[in-house]
Amino acid sequence: MGRGIQWGAAAAAGVLGLAVAGGALAAGADLGDAEQQATNWEAIIMFLVFVGATMGITYWAAKRTKSAADFYSAGGGITGFQNGVAIAGDYMSAASFLGISGLVFLYGYDGLIFSMGFLVGWPVILFLIAERLRNLGKYTFADVACYRLQQKPTRSLAATGGLATVIFYLIAQMVGSGKLIQLLFGLPYWIAVVIIGALMIMYVTFGGMLATTWVQIIKAVLLLSGATFMALAVLYLVGFSFESLFQTAVDVSEGVRATDIMAPGGLIQSPIDAISVGLALMFGTAGLPHILMRFFTVKDAAQARKSVFYATGFIGYFYILTFIIGFGAIVLLSPSGLENLGLNAANFLVNADENPTALIGGNNMAAIHLSNAVGGSLFLGFISAVAFATILAVVSGLTLAGASAISHDLYATVLRKGQATEAEEIRVSRIATISLGIIAIILGIAFENQNVAFMVMLAFTIAASCNFPVLLVSMYWSKMTTRGAVLGGYLGLAVAVVLMIFSGSIWTDVMGLENPPFPYASPALFSMIAAFGGIWLFSLMDGSEAARREHKLFEEQYVRSQTGIGAHQASVH
Amino acid sequence: MKPDILIKIEQNPKYQQLVKSRTRFAMILSLIMIAVYFAFILLVAFAPGVLGTPIGDSVITVGIPVGIFIILFAFALTGVYVARANTEFDRLTRQIVEETK
Repeated sequence: MGRGIQWGAAAAAGVLGLAVAGGALAAGADLGDAEQQATNWEAIIMFLVFVGATMGITYWAAKRTKSAADFYSAGGGITGFQNGVAIAGDYMSAASFLGISGLVFLYGYDGLIFSMGFLVGWPVILFLIAERLRNLGKYTFADVACYRLQQKPTRSLAATGGLATVIFYLIAQMVGSGKLIQLLFGLPYWIAVVIIGALMIMYVTFGGMLATTWVQIIKAVLLLSGATFMALAVLYLVGFSFESLFQTAVDVSEGVRATDIMAPGGLIQSPIDAISVGLALMFGTAGLPHILMRFFTVKDAAQARKSVFYATGFIGYFYILTFIIGFGAIVLLSPSGLENLGLNAANFLVNADENPTALIGGNNMAAIHLSNAVGGSLFLGFISAVAFATILAVVSGLTLAGASAISHDLYATVLRKGQATEAEEIRVSRIATISLGIIAIILGIAFENQNVAFMVMLAFTIAASCNFPVLLVSMYWSKMTTRGAVLGGYLGLAVAVVLMIFSGSIWTDVMGLENPPFPYASPALFSMIAAFGGIWLFSLMDGSEAARREHKLFEEQYVRSQTGIGAHQASVH
Repeated sequence: MKPDILIKIEQNPKYQQLVKSRTRFAMILSLIMIAVYFAFILLVAFAPGVLGTPIGDSVITVGIPVGIFIILFAFALTGVYVARANTEFDRLTRQIVEETK
């Protein structure tokens, strides 16, 4: 097994995990401990302005959040454009922004390969599931997966897959964000984690989906503006010539970077690894509960489609920006690059003589240092505040999705068999939000010094091999039965978790053992086959009376998914 | 949905046309996207040199326009689908709903 595959695995887990912030991006140079910086007042003041504004929105949203529909889906009153921006916001996490620009800084072209993997899932979501999801569901993706199946077992499965995805993703975000904020703001780690947890509890508990959506929209606009400014500043400094940008980057990297920054490096060498990571990225997106939930916030299927169109546009634009930012960082964070462009020398490196690519604070700081290089301390403060806001918005969306799985799927449907009143369900959803927030804070602190890079890859893999197959097959195949869905779904989940433990990112990086038995970065290829195969096999073997009933119900489900007749209506205020 | 309404919809030629053309369209576009992306990934895996070839005398390699193209292509495909679905397919759907009432 070549070195390339190993770092491919590490990089995959690293970018996906909001490794980003902490000592976890295994692909990168040694990050060491995120040392605490001097208190950054510009950043803190700008962040406080953001918190003030979003608290105002939460207050406004709280007055409008009365029913369960308001809490889970903002009453279905979000427009396609707004939802598109919010989806883009959910997706443009600090991991994407800092992780991918850091990866480009270190390896050049390879960073772009990841961006593309994250993006190409979107068209497929649009073509295959977006409108059916809107036509069939109410609040959670489990509504759709269980449409004609037995509620209790299928809901439990969907809620398990959904919660597992949310919790792994959430821990990775909490740990990464604590370290990032420690670094950017000079706050102690635990205070950073508590601030994030407390703010997210406030947004979600009081403002529900409406506040969560607007927090996400504001942050997306801030992040896109900041990244646009940075990319333009880079292009301005090179005279708006890509040739000059790339040429200077190549000159600066000569003898400094091991791989050719203008070509695919060692990122993906084994075709199986390539396909498996590709599947996890592409179809994991289509199984993320906090993303799927967004499709219920719009009025109808037409708006759902529009949201994906806008989201894909913004996300694609954002990844092109991160590519320019990454190359800008190669040039502008290097003494010789600055000299080459006739700019004043500034130091962003730990030790320029020893390792000219080791950035202060680790290579995930590339975009942050670049903001300082092109815009001074005021812009550095702005980008730091935006990074904080990004984390906050993403964890809020995750928590809302997790709380909905608990209150809507587990409590109202499984436990109370649909007999809970709306008031009871809302109360449980708020309790679930607060509990999840507290759990996230505790786990965030508990995992401070653990390597959590694998967790987002695990979340994506579970989403691709449990949530997505059950959802997709339930929409398309009339012969799927409860038994098939449940056994196939749990099989996919189990294979994903077990193989992940045997892969390098847990076996070696967490447990410290040699020679991981499973040599690939993501088990998605195998766990997805297990899930789809299991659903198919156990459905066909299911000769029960219930199975026959479920086959018959497909017809009605199919017509509704196609025409929207009977779809859950928006409750307009 | 009542059984008689269900049968009425299923027997409506417009419904059959909607399902047929939309399913076909969605499948074709999905396959195109998956094929383009995995072709790229396999090129990276098997022949990274191709993407690393410089264009003419420039330092810019083939891989960069290809990567940017795939991002723009993904966006364009969603536009193509939405344009047809929000006009032609939605018009058909509205007619079906009207005729069912």
